[in-house]
Amino acid sequence: MSETNDTNPSLPDLDAEHWLQAYEQMVKIRTFEETANDLYTSARMPGITHLYIGEEAIAVGVCEALRQDDYITSTHRGHGHCLAKGAALDKMFAELLGKEAGYCRGKGGSMHIADQETGNLGANGIVGGSAGIATGAGMSIKLRGTDQVSVCFFGDGALGQGLLYESMNMAQLWKLPVIYVCENNQYGEYTHNSKAAAGSMVGRATGFGVHAQAIDGQDIRAVHATARLVIDRARKGGGPAFLVCNTYRFRGHHVGDIDRPYRTREEEAEWAKRDPLTLLEDWLLKSKQAEEHVLERIRQEVKTAVDDAVAFAEEASFPSESEVDNHVYA
Amino acid sequence: MSTLENGTHRSPAIHAPGERQITFGQAIREAIAEEMARDESVFVIGEDVAAAGSVFKVLVGLLDEFGPERVIDSPISEAGIAGIGVGAAITGMRPIVDIMFGDFTTLVMDQLVNQAAKTHYMSGGKLTVPMVLRTTLGASRRSAAQHSQSLHALFSHIPGLKVALPATPYDAKGLMKSAIRDDNPVVIFEDKMLYQEQGPVPEAEYTLPLGQADVKRTGDDITIVATSSMVYVALEAVEKLDSIGISAELIDPRTTTPLDTDTLVQSARKTSRALVVDEGYQQYGVTGEIASVIADGAFYYLDAPVKRIGAMNVPVPFSPAMEDLTIPDADYVVETAKALCG
Repeated sequence: MSETNDTNPSLPDLDAEHWLQAYEQMVKIRTFEETANDLYTSARMPGITHLYIGEEAIAVGVCEALRQDDYITSTHRGHGHCLAKGAALDKMFAELLGKEAGYCRGKGGSMHIADQETGNLGANGIVGGSAGIATGAGMSIKLRGTDQVSVCFFGDGALGQGLLYESMNMAQLWKLPVIYVCENNQYGEYTHNSKAAAGSMVGRATGFGVHAQAIDGQDIRAVHATARLVIDRARKGGGPAFLVCNTYRFRGHHVGDIDRPYRTREEEAEWAKRDPLTLLEDWLLKSKQAEEHVLERIRQEVKTAVDDAVAFAEEASFPSESEVDNHVYA
Repeated sequence: MSTLENGTHRSPAIHAPGERQITFGQAIREAIAEEMARDESVFVIGEDVAAAGSVFKVLVGLLDEFGPERVIDSPISEAGIAGIGVGAAITGMRPIVDIMFGDFTTLVMDQLVNQAAKTHYMSGGKLTVPMVLRTTLGASRRSAAQHSQSLHALFSHIPGLKVALPATPYDAKGLMKSAIRDDNPVVIFEDKMLYQEQGPVPEAEYTLPLGQADVKRTGDDITIVATSSMVYVALEAVEKLDSIGISAELIDPRTTTPLDTDTLVQSARKTSRALVVDEGYQQYGVTGEIASVIADGAFYYLDAPVKRIGAMNVPVPFSPAMEDLTIPDADYVVETAKALCG
């Protein structure tokens, strides 16, 4: 179930270059995820991973409205957030392959990528587990007196976790600069949200007095325009906001979830008509802000960069045995 | 209650005559106030910590001294404030999260066990979580099963966390200051029955290392290892044993993680017998870990099996007639020690 989209705010005055950069970020995430899937199916990657395909407009739309020193917390489906906030492809792939050159020296893997240089406080293997951390970052911002903003990404599955509500309550009490971004991709693992979330999603936040909106998460222009408004508002001391971004997880819960018996192929086909990359491409072409060859060049450049990053990761060394008990304590 | 000598790790000046005596609670407050004055990144968050000065009145005066921005009354949201602590710590602050009863730490388990304890490791050493979680332990306040437990073993089990459980005002202040300065998440358990206990605490600045046991009494015939509230029970037992000609050495590990295994093993090698006393449930408790460390390290020097005494494996009952049965007492420690030395 999706929340009814609010009327989109008027688009910010952005030039074509800005949208092409956003497009490149979205293509980067899509290509990264398709490649991660290939690495899994060809048994070149340890473990499993959760793909963000179909939801790219949300991470990019929000993170394009952030500064490098703003914070994000991410989820088990976190590659998109990490890349959108500025993570490098080579260190990302190296981490997925458990190599020492990875973002976490091979200790975190796909679900735990953190990079303080881009303000990424970490992806999280516990559903809703980062709601407190993002809110604490907001508290830290307030206490230190900076004008940073903290963004908490989570899926609709996290709506079942009490920590989220404890956190939003305190964020509103203390007017913390925290944006709670609910990526409503319809499923918590294998269960549709109609079986998991009673009542209104937006209402969960408005009950606390938190500014809340539902938006079309497939349309990066809608996501970005709304994100800019609530981020600017938080930066100026206006307090937290809650965005329900209606979207769809195009793939299974993880790379091994290939038959997806809990949903129909018809439903998937219906959502596939609103692929966030295609929507942006169509708009760029129709509004004559870009020609097809420009988009194709971006796709090719990203493909080359991803291939290079995979090669780097595959050639990189595994951590030495001495690394195993390093960093248990600071 | 008997007064304690502090042992091997006290500086000579501390024994100076006329030394200031303050309570355990005052020592905790003083440590926090000193660190807040020293470092702007330190703040306190918890239920009833500001206007009320905490339910045990330990933090009275902090609000006036440091203001509501740094002494923050929170909603009754243990998981939420622990999460706020983790997030604030990762981003440059040194939060002190106050969880009024140790029993309520079950509500913060994910934030401590899966988040705080693992962030540094999972990030390959890039992120740190310099937070302190203050809470309490100890029965005998007639508070029944959900306000009386000593749950420090739960956290001692988790790599990435440090756990301190001071017994004296001197140790409480020194360990609290070190915990606040430590770059790791540290859980401090304070025995709520000890808050009014007085002891010598110097005016001068000092800290105590996390991971260094203290020999509270020296002796030759048996090593008694005791933690927190049980240090006083053991001390009473030591004095009774003394009167019947058994010389016991009393060691307080002061932190369970890291554990000062060297001091424990060296003492057991010297005395050839060891008894471990702790107020946590005996089953799978810290007594088991400490007894195992001693058995491993001192096996060929031991004249008897290492024994351990924990709280009875029952929920803490309300009625005084039953509650007192569940906690180790001095007479039981004496009897167990006598049997080991027999």
